[in-house]
Amino acid sequence: MRPRKLLALAIAPLLAFPLLFSAPNEKPGSPANPLKAYTNATLYPVSAPKIENATLLVRGDTILAAGPADQVNIPAGAEQIDCSGKTIIPGLVCTHSHIGQVAGGDGSSPIQPAVRALDSIDVRDTSIDKARAGGITTANLMSGSGLLLSGQTIYLKLRKGNTVEDLAIKLPDGSFAGGVKMANGTNAIRDNASFPGTRGKSAALVRQRFLDAQAYQKKRAQHLTENDPDKPFERDLALETLADILDRKRIVHHHTHRHDDILTVLRLKEEFGFEVVLHHVSEAWKVADEIAAANVPCSLIFLDSPGGKLEARDFKWRNGAELEKRGILTAIHTDDPINDSRWFLRNAAIGVRAGMSREKALEALTLSGAKMLGLGESTGSLDPGKKADFVILSGDPFSIYTRILETHIEGQKVFDLTNPTDRLYAEGGYGAGHAREASGCCFYR
Amino acid sequence: MFKILLLSLLSASVSFAQIAVKADLLYPMTGDLKPVKNAVVLCGPDGKIQAVGPAAEIEIPGGYQILTAKVATPGIIDAHATVGLSGILNSPKHDQEQLEKSAPIQPELRALDAYNGRDPLVKWLRDLGVTTVHTGHSPGTLISGQLMVVKTDVPSITSLKDTLIPTSAVAATLGSNALASGGKSPGTRSKAVALLRAELLKAQSYAAKISKSEAEQKDAPDPDLKLQILADILSKKTPLLINAHRHQDIAAALRLREEFGFDLILDGAAEAYLLLDEIKAAGVPVIVHPTMARPFGDLENMTFTLAAQLHEKGIPFAFQSGYEPYVPKTRVVHFEAALAAAYGLPQEIALAACTLYPAQILGLDDKIGSLQPGLHADLALFDGDPLETMTHTTHVIINGKLVSSSQK
Repeated sequence: MRPRKLLALAIAPLLAFPLLFSAPNEKPGSPANPLKAYTNATLYPVSAPKIENATLLVRGDTILAAGPADQVNIPAGAEQIDCSGKTIIPGLVCTHSHIGQVAGGDGSSPIQPAVRALDSIDVRDTSIDKARAGGITTANLMSGSGLLLSGQTIYLKLRKGNTVEDLAIKLPDGSFAGGVKMANGTNAIRDNASFPGTRGKSAALVRQRFLDAQAYQKKRAQHLTENDPDKPFERDLALETLADILDRKRIVHHHTHRHDDILTVLRLKEEFGFEVVLHHVSEAWKVADEIAAANVPCSLIFLDSPGGKLEARDFKWRNGAELEKRGILTAIHTDDPINDSRWFLRNAAIGVRAGMSREKALEALTLSGAKMLGLGESTGSLDPGKKADFVILSGDPFSIYTRILETHIEGQKVFDLTNPTDRLYAEGGYGAGHAREASGCCFYR
Repeated sequence: MFKILLLSLLSASVSFAQIAVKADLLYPMTGDLKPVKNAVVLCGPDGKIQAVGPAAEIEIPGGYQILTAKVATPGIIDAHATVGLSGILNSPKHDQEQLEKSAPIQPELRALDAYNGRDPLVKWLRDLGVTTVHTGHSPGTLISGQLMVVKTDVPSITSLKDTLIPTSAVAATLGSNALASGGKSPGTRSKAVALLRAELLKAQSYAAKISKSEAEQKDAPDPDLKLQILADILSKKTPLLINAHRHQDIAAALRLREEFGFDLILDGAAEAYLLLDEIKAAGVPVIVHPTMARPFGDLENMTFTLAAQLHEKGIPFAFQSGYEPYVPKTRVVHFEAALAAAYGLPQEIALAACTLYPAQILGLDDKIGSLQPGLHADLALFDGDPLETMTHTTHVIINGKLVSSSQK
């Protein structure tokens, strides 16, 4: 998605505001598309200010209305769910997660664009149940940062499903939505002949591959023009993926910590014109002006202490506030298992502690992340027409004492704290380390 | 010129003034642990607490530097850390001193010989309100070494007096974290316990030889650092802190205590909820794993409610920051307490479990952990509930001196 389009998306909810309070679609519910009204809640649409005594009206998988009780008409026959004393926020979007046993490229070479996260994910892994318990409804699952380019990421809705395809988000052309994971700095520098030994070599290797991809693009375009059936085009999975990046069909999710590494990513973006999100960005506070000038979104991590490696030594809690001051589109991620998905709200509270506004912090957990995955039109805020992805909380989203009570994805409840098995994954306990029992099987607990 | 001189004199007098803390809400951590509204703490010239009580009853003498806070607590105590040994850069041979893997049993390794009080992570914790750490060798081998107790304003250990306790415990590990691979011992849980028992038996006979030589006024056996410290464990001079997460490993620790009669501190104890009766009967305290520990390996069945369950059962417990191998390189003990408070532990108990309770478990409650006249003037000041993530630590006081006002 181009920045201009991002801007348009940011304005869109404002234009939709007059519709927010009415139920424009008065179609009755049906067994397939039941009508549900969540009433008396404190509601944070994220696209608009907090609403007290609010009603969230859902039909099937879609939000019909979200607004003050006296402005939302609850159709006859709608199931009413009383949410007195509770808070409703949009489903959380984690832009950077390693749940589901996700894997990517191996240790054989530093750039492996053909490798797909899709082919590694275990949808029954407990980490996915725990992410649902943490209020996460959408996640960008990706491989690690040990390669310069470790593979294709995949954007999942954490629906209950049997296969990764059940959870995958499909694009209009039928393909699965996802980006590409890249990294610079020390993690990809290895004492191994096929890997870079320095930052200069890291950047050179990446630039060469993008030049190869530009040549591939030309060859492919030429082939399409010639359209000679006797000359079948030989696909190269790696170059095809890099060409997708150049064509802005895939967003680059770039791990980067140190100020100079951050600037290296900005230079690459400038040279090759791809779309990129900076991830972690430990030293964002040092080069916030440069990030703002490049108009590049950031997805931040919040850790309880700096360090653990040299390039995270100067990590600051005020990264969020510094980016907010400059109007940079900012999300927050878990990097699960670095931060457990169940503490995602707490990560944003650290940002607030160090100067982020509560509004921007909540946006960073929801709509901003959705925009960075190119999903801002369908999820990330509680607006009519968007998917009914939301979380019901016991109180203030940023209070440590608040508990996540329910998580809903596309109108389906995927986590309920009152369900004993769901509760086990939410709190831990004996058996929490094992996958949910498969139906009809005999797996012990 | 005169003005400058006056100013500098004034600022000098301010920086050396004794401190009075005025708190809207003070947690003295005495009696029923409930906080007191609108209270004052006076720090004496000896670094001890001079007076504590309601503001109406305590007159602040002239010349005191007055610090005001929404909430004040005793200085936070981390019941088990590796900070000062596991440095911020995570660089082996440079700042990673918490684990020596050349042999499975090395109780003779002292924490104070490795501690770096100038590591930025010590300052990080101090600025957040942590005034005392129980730190040293990490879990990871059968017996990894010793622990010590030190205040977070001590930059270097120049003598044993720089610590509160130079050897506060010996760190042992049972379970998969202490198992070796590639044909090395211990390769199994049974072998680990067998090795430990054999070593403790050796120490028993060493201690017996020393007693005998003293009784008969004969030459003592040759000094042996390892057996000396193990003999200290057997004589209950030094407790054995056993890190064990699986219920079978916790049970093994209780059996070892039964057999050898040492003072046991259970550490980590992720599955302690399965053995509450047994732990209670043994009268053993538990230093619970960080609430935000990662649920993998032996911790896969950990629960955020463990502290609440220990509290309800009446088992003494405290919180720890533990050891972290990557990022974040250290945890913050009252952040871990905060999450337990979100999962069933009463708020003031969560605060006690990172102030009074660790002091009691370490045998230091006559010095630190609560706010009473005569105890060390260690305090943490906050602009709200100390357990809320968004609350800032505004001031930190150690031995009556302001050591941080970073508003972190």
